[in-house]
Amino acid sequence: MNLYGEIVEAIKGLYSLAVGMGVTGRYAFKPQVTVHYPRKTVDNIATYSGHVELLPGAKNPSGTDCIVCGTCARNCPSGCLDVQVLELMEENPDPEKKPKKIKKLNALMYDYSYCSLCGQCVENCPVTALGFSHHVYWAEFDRKDIKMDLVARLHEQLKTGKEA
Amino acid sequence: MNSMIQFIPLELIHILIGLVAILAFIGVNGLALVYVERKVAGFIQRRPGPYEVGPWGILQTLADAVKLMGKQLFSPSGDRLLFWVAPMLAFAPLPLLFMAIPVGKNLVAFDANLGLILILAFSGLNVLALCLAGWGSYNKWSLLGAVRSVSQAVAYEIPMLLAVLAVTLMTGTLQLSAIVDAQGAWPWQWHWLTQPAGFIIYLICALAETNRAPFDLPEAESELTAGFHTEYSGMGFGLFFLAEYSSMVVVSSVCTILFLGGWKGPGPEILGFIWFFAKVYGLVLLMMWVRWTFPRVRFDQLLNISWRWLIPLSLFNLLYVAAVVKI
Repeated sequence: MNLYGEIVEAIKGLYSLAVGMGVTGRYAFKPQVTVHYPRKTVDNIATYSGHVELLPGAKNPSGTDCIVCGTCARNCPSGCLDVQVLELMEENPDPEKKPKKIKKLNALMYDYSYCSLCGQCVENCPVTALGFSHHVYWAEFDRKDIKMDLVARLHEQLKTGKEA
Repeated sequence: MNSMIQFIPLELIHILIGLVAILAFIGVNGLALVYVERKVAGFIQRRPGPYEVGPWGILQTLADAVKLMGKQLFSPSGDRLLFWVAPMLAFAPLPLLFMAIPVGKNLVAFDANLGLILILAFSGLNVLALCLAGWGSYNKWSLLGAVRSVSQAVAYEIPMLLAVLAVTLMTGTLQLSAIVDAQGAWPWQWHWLTQPAGFIIYLICALAETNRAPFDLPEAESELTAGFHTEYSGMGFGLFFLAEYSSMVVVSSVCTILFLGGWKGPGPEILGFIWFFAKVYGLVLLMMWVRWTFPRVRFDQLLNISWRWLIPLSLFNLLYVAAVVKI
């Protein structure tokens, strides 16, 4: 670049600096967009994607649609989901046939301390039994306490009717 | 008792009173400027800033200072002597710098006839402090910060001195109060209009000399964790912090004296110190505004700005001033 071009470039650069100062100068006098947290809270918590949770089923509104395939646990890069299966023998009216095994979801242990909220479990669930909660305020004093049985949480939610 | 006082030279008492006032000012100024800096940062980013301690959070920095004093002083396995000399060396020259600054008419602790040289020489000690801090920390980030600070200071002292030299060439004196006297009470009688280039060059170099963003490479948080003061805890860090905010006031004061008419302003001369502080804190606010607007420059850009633009420009400025003075 020749000298003339460099000088033009420098003057343009200086002008852009002035523009930037103007932007921040105007922003300094605009109203604040944050809230004083403990006294006020934001009103759009529904847009928050928190930890993974079991959703009430579309087919089974009093429980989960989970078919205990274990896809969520297999796809989890952090290994924070543990599907605990309850195997039951079906009461078969026909005693000649072999009794059929049915698998039920006993517990879905979720370790939040390892979860990176990547959503692989939610995306890969074949029956859309998993989702993200709006649970913002989950905090514990010890790392080993930040675990949860999602099945128990779902039943608690259905019982109290609250979305927490 | 009374007879003993007569043996103490009056000049010494004058300096002593000035020194006490200056030390008090440095402490209060540090507390206030940290608060203002955080508030400015908050408002520019549309947050409230410190809010919880005291009304509007004005006691926040006091609480921070108490916390800093209560912290354990931890030294790494480097050279412990150099490590602890560095923060003291960063802080020690500051009272001397303030002493030569005329705040109002006759309101100066030590009106040296080479006051400008005194300030420029002793503010250079800051680089030595950063260098020692980086070396004594025994830590690669700190050492990189120290290396950066030295080359930055070498690059930016030159255009700064050249810009200052142009003013002294015009006024023919190095005494700060005489430079103020050479300017009038109204803004169009100040030196910033006769030397706009020198004024802007001085402002840029002042940012670089005080290691303020966008030239805060010695303490670049995102690259060097905290640069030269990574290893400092408690008041070791506190002294560096105090030194940074005090040197901001010093460079703004020198800028005010050289280019913005010092304590001169419309109104009675006795109220000159109000004008002086208004101008100084206006410049300090400008430095904060700049900090929260611009991203940090890269190291080659930093040196390019100095060697390829500021030094030739300030040389031309000097030539222009010399020509104007001669004619």
